[in-house]
Amino acid sequence: MPSWPALASQAFNGLALGSLLALVSSGLTIILGTLGVLNFAHGALFAVGAYAAFVMLQYTQSFLLAIAVGCGFMLVLGFLLERLIIRFFYGRPHEDQILVTYGIGIVLVECVRAVFGGNAQRVPTPSWGQGATQLGFLIYPTYRLQLIAIIATLLVGLYLVLYRTSMGLVVRAGIENPGMVGILGINLRRTFLLVFAIGVVAVGLAGMLYAPVVAVTPDMGANFMAQSFVVIVLGGLGSFPGAVVGGLIAGEIVSLTSAFNSSYSEVMLYALMALLLVLRPQGLFGSEGRV
Amino acid sequence: MSIARSGGLRSHTPELAILVMLIAAPVVLPHLGFSIDLLTRVLNWGLIGLGFDILFGLAGLLSFGQAAFYGVGGFVTAYLLVSGTLTSVWLALAAGTISAGAFGLVVGWLAVRRIGIYFTMITLAFGQMAYFIENSPLSHYTGGENGIPGVPVPVLGFGEHAIRIGAGLPMYVLFAVIFFGAYVLARRIVRSPVGAILLAIKENTARVAMLGHNVPAYKLTAFVIAALYAGLAGGLLGSFQSYMPPDAFSLETSGQLVVQTIVGGANTLVGPLVGAAVWLWLRDNLQLIPGLSTLWKLVLGIAFIVLVVGLRRGICGEIIHWWTERRTLSARQAAEAVTETIEAGGAVKPALSRERDATLPLPSPATGDSDIALEACALARHYGGLKAVDGVSFKVRCGSIHAVIGPNGAGKSTLFKMLLDEVSPTSGHVLLFGSQVTGHGVSRTAQFGIAKSNQLNQLFPNLSVRKNLRIAALARRRGPLRIDLLRTADSLPEVEAQIDAIMALLDLAVRADTPAHILAYGEKRRLEIGMALATSPKVLLLDEPLAGMSPSERAATCALIRDIAQTCTIVIVEHDLDAIFGLAERITVLYEGRLLADGTADEIRGNQQVQDAYLGGLHAHEPA
Repeated sequence: MPSWPALASQAFNGLALGSLLALVSSGLTIILGTLGVLNFAHGALFAVGAYAAFVMLQYTQSFLLAIAVGCGFMLVLGFLLERLIIRFFYGRPHEDQILVTYGIGIVLVECVRAVFGGNAQRVPTPSWGQGATQLGFLIYPTYRLQLIAIIATLLVGLYLVLYRTSMGLVVRAGIENPGMVGILGINLRRTFLLVFAIGVVAVGLAGMLYAPVVAVTPDMGANFMAQSFVVIVLGGLGSFPGAVVGGLIAGEIVSLTSAFNSSYSEVMLYALMALLLVLRPQGLFGSEGRV
Repeated sequence: MSIARSGGLRSHTPELAILVMLIAAPVVLPHLGFSIDLLTRVLNWGLIGLGFDILFGLAGLLSFGQAAFYGVGGFVTAYLLVSGTLTSVWLALAAGTISAGAFGLVVGWLAVRRIGIYFTMITLAFGQMAYFIENSPLSHYTGGENGIPGVPVPVLGFGEHAIRIGAGLPMYVLFAVIFFGAYVLARRIVRSPVGAILLAIKENTARVAMLGHNVPAYKLTAFVIAALYAGLAGGLLGSFQSYMPPDAFSLETSGQLVVQTIVGGANTLVGPLVGAAVWLWLRDNLQLIPGLSTLWKLVLGIAFIVLVVGLRRGICGEIIHWWTERRTLSARQAAEAVTETIEAGGAVKPALSRERDATLPLPSPATGDSDIALEACALARHYGGLKAVDGVSFKVRCGSIHAVIGPNGAGKSTLFKMLLDEVSPTSGHVLLFGSQVTGHGVSRTAQFGIAKSNQLNQLFPNLSVRKNLRIAALARRRGPLRIDLLRTADSLPEVEAQIDAIMALLDLAVRADTPAHILAYGEKRRLEIGMALATSPKVLLLDEPLAGMSPSERAATCALIRDIAQTCTIVIVEHDLDAIFGLAERITVLYEGRLLADGTADEIRGNQQVQDAYLGGLHAHEPA
């Protein structure tokens, strides 16, 4: 039985990982819900985001500025991918969509590898996030606490966009019934473009914010993508609240399990998914029918 | 005798081609930059690919978790040998393969419940789970990140005469022999009834279920076959490189298999092998070129995107397509010409001469002593507040033609869907010869003997007329599930006789080898009915069989329905009241979800309420 401070520390780790997974998964889930496309390039885009932070930091020396420029870069990348490739796949079978986004993922990862090499890069922790914070009974790295707060803010922002703007209304209506939205004469072309770009920025941001915490490698996104698949199966395909809650649950499961036996931490996540598939296949927040 | 043999030989052309290729490869390909070891590795990928192609190319199920089974087969084999539990490499290979199959059974049981995106995500997630299980909890057995070194090579024979199969050419020969055997087996599976049904599942899953096949069980079969192939390949990998690497389990492995299959061509069986040759050749040879060493995978990735966007068939697929196109082009053009003539209104042949006496091998309708074939008991279906069907009861007499009519929105289609449990009723139930069918699901209901032809055609568009009918006929002959992997799909004489009889009845015999999507509209409608008929139903439900037909086609179809009624009970929904009054013995009238009238054709014709319902509303007071 681990000590209480160790357990609390792991609970905070779970919160950090969970909020990160929530951000990654909400990008994945709004693209899936609105466009009907499962974006297999999501892991690669996570890595691209981390490298964007790495590059921008070298030029700007300011973490916030680096992130701002990085977001602009991800937005443009998202627009380009949607216009050049993704939009031709809306009418094609799911298998084709998966294959083409997987191919995009390979190309992105290999481009990163070609430019930066395969070795791990380090992104320094921003100056305002150095050191550790005393939280009463435990000391916790400051940047991770800030990470949780930043991502929480971002998710609230995404919530406001999805639930308080007319575009968000179209997106949510599109998740419920894409055919009907088209019949109502709403221009889905532009909405699809925006939603894809927002999804790409979300996962890119996750990569940028997480870059100081881990080693940055071209393949770093693969495992995050697999975990975010579990998250959206947990939360229900296309559900934004499901992605947030599912992300937090997944993060806590991985972290708390590793407090007891680290070798089972990832296994538990997938075991939970298997269990849920048997008991509640539509996920926590999903409704039966879609997909 | 000699004719039969040459025909048999021609049907084995692919096997011969593979055999020649396997023999020629180590002689020719080393000059092109393939070392013998590289060829062996290509064969190993090709071996997993055979199973994967049955799962993805044939049945259309895209799995991103094949590495799990590759790894399980590999590590079980390697552990059994290195730990000394087994000394025979062959036994260890068998054990590894079976373990992979068993794991495939568990994962597949969960995965095949879901379709499309869900299926792919679930397989990927289980692949990752297997990776982490290997890496941590089981690292005591698997070596974790170090893998298992020192896996022995196979030995042929016993005692002093035993031959160790060493690296290089002997290992290639071993892999080639195993690959050839596996290829022959895979081709038999593709050509078996199971293979035919898997292909139909890719074309139209819902219809396969409606015909009475147990779709999830067939998908699971394909999944386990793929897992067994992957397990065998994994076991061989350890022996080949005398080391079992943990990255066999990685997501990369699953992804590489998918890419190789697309590059080489899905649903060709050899596609993955060719794709693997391209992948490994690029990797080994581009790495030698300075400046390009890191770009080989980028080149492959771009090529892969281009293939998915444009040339969806892959290398082998394009070759096979070009080859068959050349051979069948004239036949297809002729078939399209016939279609155009029919659709232009020209009679290509005397429209359905009804002189033949088609004796369909249908079961005798009366199986019980009751003369009620089908009974609806207080059927209701509510969608929220909307009562689409509200407490409808009626009986269909055995051997009769029973019509269900009513204005638009009366609930006819919903009622029909409940009769074969396609839609489950909110309350009430359906009895077929006194036994309940409600609650069993659409494919069990089909096995009980209720078939339906749909309002909108539900065909297998890329399959020929004969193959469309075969999928239907196989359902009743073989039951919901039979795993007869070694028999050819066309080797059941009763099934073929059934297909021939139905094609003759429907006047589709000359179109036997025409793909369904080329048929004229009227022919597609007849095929739709024919598929329902080919399941030898006791009760046949026809949902608007005359919809969209020309007057002459209507007359012909009515005659056809009368023919069919000689051997089975028919329930028909139709808007063409003239046709209905000419056909039906009893008529049930629905209005706004409720039963309005039920009686003989004459009673209904004289029923004032029915007339009101059709002529402008039940509550209209003005005289019609």
